[in-house]
Parts: sequence; C-alpha cells; structure tokens
Amino acid sequence: MVIDAERCKGCALCVEFCPTDVLALSSSFTAKGYHPPEIVRPEACSGCDLCGMYCPDFAIYGYRL
Amino acid sequence: MHADPAGVLTGAHFIDGDHACCEGALAGGCRFVAGYPITPSTEVVERIALRFPEVGGVFIQMEDELASSIAIAGAVWGGKRAMTVTSGPGFSLMMEHIGFAIMTETPCVFVNVQRGGPSTGLPTLPAQADMMQARWGSHGDYELIAVCPNSPQECFDLTIKAFNLAEQYRVPVLVMMDECVGHMMERVVIPKPEEIEIFPRRWTKAPLDEYLPFAPGEDLVPDMARAGQGYRFHMTGLTHNEKGYPDMTVSGQARLLGRLIDKIKKNAAALTDVVEDQVDGAEAVVVSYGITSRVAQKAVQAVRAKGLRVGSLRLRTVWPFPEHLIRDLATKVKAFIVPELNLGQMVREVERCAQGARVVSVPHAGGTVHDPAIIVQAITEALR
Amino acid sequence: MSVENPVERYLRSDRMPHIWCPGCGIGTTVNCFTRAIDESGIPMDRLAVVSGIGCTGRVAGYMHVDSFHTTHGRAIPFATGLKLAAPDMKVVVYSGDGDLFAIGGNHFIHAARRNLDMTVICVNNLTYGMTGGQLTPTTPEEAIASTSPYGNFEHPFNLPYLAESCGAVYVARWTTYHVTQMKKAMKEALLKKGFSFVEVISPCPTLYGRRNRIGDSLDEMKTYKTRSVIKNGADTKEVDLGMTGPIVVGKFVDRERTTYQDAMEAFYSRKLGNRYVRASQ
Repeated sequence: MVIDAERCKGCALCVEFCPTDVLALSSSFTAKGYHPPEIVRPEACSGCDLCGMYCPDFAIYGYRL
Repeated sequence: MHADPAGVLTGAHFIDGDHACCEGALAGGCRFVAGYPITPSTEVVERIALRFPEVGGVFIQMEDELASSIAIAGAVWGGKRAMTVTSGPGFSLMMEHIGFAIMTETPCVFVNVQRGGPSTGLPTLPAQADMMQARWGSHGDYELIAVCPNSPQECFDLTIKAFNLAEQYRVPVLVMMDECVGHMMERVVIPKPEEIEIFPRRWTKAPLDEYLPFAPGEDLVPDMARAGQGYRFHMTGLTHNEKGYPDMTVSGQARLLGRLIDKIKKNAAALTDVVEDQVDGAEAVVVSYGITSRVAQKAVQAVRAKGLRVGSLRLRTVWPFPEHLIRDLATKVKAFIVPELNLGQMVREVERCAQGARVVSVPHAGGTVHDPAIIVQAITEALR
Repeated sequence: MSVENPVERYLRSDRMPHIWCPGCGIGTTVNCFTRAIDESGIPMDRLAVVSGIGCTGRVAGYMHVDSFHTTHGRAIPFATGLKLAAPDMKVVVYSGDGDLFAIGGNHFIHAARRNLDMTVICVNNLTYGMTGGQLTPTTPEEAIASTSPYGNFEHPFNLPYLAESCGAVYVARWTTYHVTQMKKAMKEALLKKGFSFVEVISPCPTLYGRRNRIGDSLDEMKTYKTRSVIKNGADTKEVDLGMTGPIVVGKFVDRERTTYQDAMEAFYSRKLGNRYVRASQ
C-alpha cells in the first residue's frame, strides 16, 4: 500500500472501507491542513486495492507483490 | 494540394446557389456535414445527403442546430473537413459553437442562407440582416472570417475558399448567403480538380512527447493533431495555455485572446477580397455585398449614364471588414452609399472608417430586394 | 517503489491535484474507469474522452488520452461527430446529470435512439455542483437545492428507464460505494458495441449532502451501503430514486441492436451497390 499524503483531502473513505482495517486517520496534517491516513496494521494488508478504487484524490493504492 | 477528383463535378451546370454551395463543399474536401432542416438553406443538405454516400462522406441530420454545430467540431478533431448549414433561427442557436470553434481553433465552415428576422421572421424571403450577428453573435471578444457570394457561381467558389481559409487560419469561416442567391439558378462552371487549390490541414509533425497543441507558429496559428494519433492532447473551451490546459488567469486570457484576434487582424489585408469597379476617380462609391450588389450595379449603371462618376466596391469577404480600403477611399470620395437588405448594419462599419466622407445608408427591411431606383435616388442626393 | 498507482498513467499528473471537493465521488469513478480501461484491453491511443461542462465535465481534462472539454450539454453531439469521423476510436462521454439530462437531454435520447457506438458515463450527484447546488432533472422529490429552497416538487428522471426506452443496448447503475461492480460495468460498457450507459450515484458532500443533512461523503457512502438493493435485470420502470428508500442498482439491460454506423453502411451498400463509397478514416 502506498499513500501520497499531499494529494489527500482527508475524506476517510479508505479508512472506512478497508476490509482488513489496515488504516487509521493520522493526527498529522498535510500542507493543506487535512489529516491523511496512516498504515496502522501493515501485516493485514491484502493488496486488494479497494482503497485505491475509493480514493477520490488518487492518493492511495494497494498492490500485491 | 488539389481537390480530390471524387468530389468534383467538372463541367457547366444550371443549378441554384444552395446546390452550388454543396458542390463547393465537396470540391473543397468537405466529408462531414451535420445539419438540421431550415428554409431556405435546406437544399444544401438535401444535395449533400444525396451526394455524400458516393464520395465517402458522412451526412447526419442532427436533432437540432446546437447539435449540428458541435458535431462538426467533433468530426474535425476526428480528421475531417466539416460544415454545417442553416438559416436565421438556426444561426442564432449555433452562436455558442462559433465561439467554441474560435476558442478551440477548430477549422470548420458555417453556411447561413439568410432570411428575414427577428425570430421566425420571413422564411423563404431574403434578407441580409445577420451580418452583425455573424461578427458579434457569440459572447466574448473574437475575430472570424465571413464571405458573401452574390451568385450561384460564387456560392461554389467562396465555399471552397471558406474551407481553405478555415484550415489556414484555424477559425470557423461563415458563408453568408441570402435567400435570393441560394434559390437563384444560374450557370455554374466547376473546374477540373487539378485547377482547384486546396489548403490542406496543418498536421503537426512534432514528436509525440513534444507536441504542444496550442503553441502557434510564426503566423500565430498552431499545427493540429487528430484523435487517435497518439498525441493524447487536450482541448477545452476554457481559456487555456499552449498545452491546451485550462489557464484562467489574467495573463493567460490576455495572451490567448491576443493571439486569436491577431492571427486574423494582422492578416486583414491578405484576407481582403473585394471587386472594385471604376473606383479610381469616383466622386461616390457604392459599397455592397451579396444579392444587393447586383441590384446596386443596375443603379450604378443608371447614374453613370447620367454622367455621375460613381464607383462600386463589392465585398466578397465581409469579415474582417476591409477597413484600410474604406479609410483610403474616404480621402478621395465625397460619399459612400451603402444599400443592404437590413436596416443598417455594414453601413456602421463604413461610417467607422469614413473619416468625414458622407455615408448614406439605403436600408431595406427584407422580403425582396431593393428597387434600383431607390439606390439611384440615394446616390444622386449624396452627390447633390 | 516500482509499482505505480494504476490510475496514474491515465492521469495528466501535471494537473494534479484536481479541483474536486474533499469526498467528492467523481474521483472514485475515475479510479474505476481507468481500471476498467486496463481490463478492457482498449489501447490508450484508441480512446477518446469527451465531457460537457460542470464538475464531472472536468474529467476529460484530467485524462491522459485524447480528451475534449466541450460546451454545456453538447458532449454527445461532439462525440457523435468524432465517432463518425474516426470510427476506430472508442469514444466515451463522461459527464454529469445536469449536463447530460437537462441541457443535453435531447442529444442523449437521440444518440440512444440511433444506437451510436459510444459509452456514456453519468456521474449522478443529483445536483449542479459547479454552479452551487441547484436543482437538476435527477434531484429527488423533497430534496433541498439552492433553487428549490423549500424542497423539490418536480418529478425527476429515472435515468436507466430513460436510457432503455430510447434504445441503449447496455444500461447499468451503481453507486460510488460499489467500486468493483462499477468497474465491471464500465468495462462491459466499454466493450459493448452500441450505445452503452452507466449511471453512477455519487456524493456531493459540499452541496447536496450538506443541504440535505446527509453529512459528509463518508456518511453518504454509508447510506448507499444500507439503501442499495442489487437487482440485476430489474425492470427499469421500477428503479426510480427518492430521498429515502431503496437505491436499486445492477445491470439492467444488455441487448443487441444494429449500430448507427453498421446500419448506415449496410443500408447504403444495399441501396447503392458499388456506387457506395465508405468513409475513409
């Protein structure tokens, strides 16, 4: 999973719809003042890329190695 | 480049101006027409519908004039030379896409066979009352090209010319016919294909990753790509930069509009197309265009027979207006007489350039042509 | 990092970030669209995206293919000319509900009637976003919009029913919650010969969602999740949308009809024989 925090606008769709609860909204701010997601359970990521499909800002995606 | 023989009906024909316009389009390389029926222009698309399947053209009758006037833009970006054809009310609906073609530098041709207006007005009766709409009808600042034939032969010739100018300058070119010229039957001579000059599309030769779709050449006109070549270009009706990306800034607007206007304005002399008759030494000059120029000619002959020195200046290109010619003449003549089938449109342009010379409008609300005697009277009074 | 975001090669990355609001569903549809193109096997250089005006109208400008941002409501007739001039292109019209069905409604019904070979994707956010949240032909009854401040009393269009009635050969509706189904529908639409139509119900949290007290994008997505009922093959007469109640989603229509161009060529060949000259590319 890759996050491009500076594209993120903090809508949290990726956090909500991740089927394995990999993500949480970070307490940090982007340059524009949004809270981007952060990876809290990296081992749980299946690389399904649902986050990438949901993200309205092209700021995150998953992949399988 | 010369005309594709497939579209050229070489020989002498006895046809009306609408049909001649159709043949001009075919000879001029037009292979896509979208139209919507409206009197008195319909004969153009009727003949197109008949002729196109035999020459590899595509005609589609769209659901309205808005659709027609942007379908042609789509076809142009797909690689075709394209036109649409209409009359008064349809021309009003097409205004937005004249602006779109200007902004996106889409070379295309709009034919308007003028009838009386406003609104539904006078179907099948003539007028020349859309001349200012042709120039100013779309919103925003712009320049374009409009030509004005006065015979079926010129409907053929000037339609070819319209396609060539559209490609050369990447602007919409308007063919401003009128009901009389459109429905008048006369001898039309169609030359051999090799005698018809064609200005080809300005295809870009840029490498795929270096192409800037709206970066102009020295003549301020950019080279063009079409869909499917791999350029993956973008075009928009928004104010844009050389990449074609939106650039809605004060400087972006000034830069783009400046160029779009300059590419026509700076070539106004080259675009001038007039027919002068005994203008040198004239005391007065009759300025006319389209069907009215033929009535005016009768009047000019009549006053010359009475010994008056009267010249005639007929505009074949009406936009850009040949203002340098009028300014020059204004220092030499006493008066301009401007008969037209409207209540005073192009006369405003003459007034703007007349610099003190007298300007006499000879208006007519439309429905028929002027009585030449009215023009005779106007000339006589102007010189009294 | 060698694996790239799958959407990236379809984007004009030099134009990112885009102008859409936080939580706007349009970007979600673009993710699904680009993955659908990938899976369809259609080469990028054979794909053109045409948009009208509005928030969704900006999609064309972000897509790194031949892309055309036209005038309000007229993406379909532009696409008609483009497709007829360049038949080897896959032409996709990508626009919003106001653009396609209010000002552009006439063109939609006629393109469907003609069965022009193109895909129309409508991001239906039930409002005009770009101009500040006015009523559109798809705004549900009772919904608040800036031009229906007391609520909407007009009956809205049922887009799948409209599309089917007019002749579309493929009709599907999903919401931005249904990303995998949406992607699949877009792929099927891209590969379908003829006039294919995909409606995507999408959140406009800034205007529609806020005015109608739905909450933010996430809240609206949760309502899609709870309200949606998947009914593939549903009778499109019965898929009207209201403020509340079920959102019927699924693939509703998948049928065969001769396309405009095939009909034209077959007809002229029959009528004119070898006098007929097919348009060259």
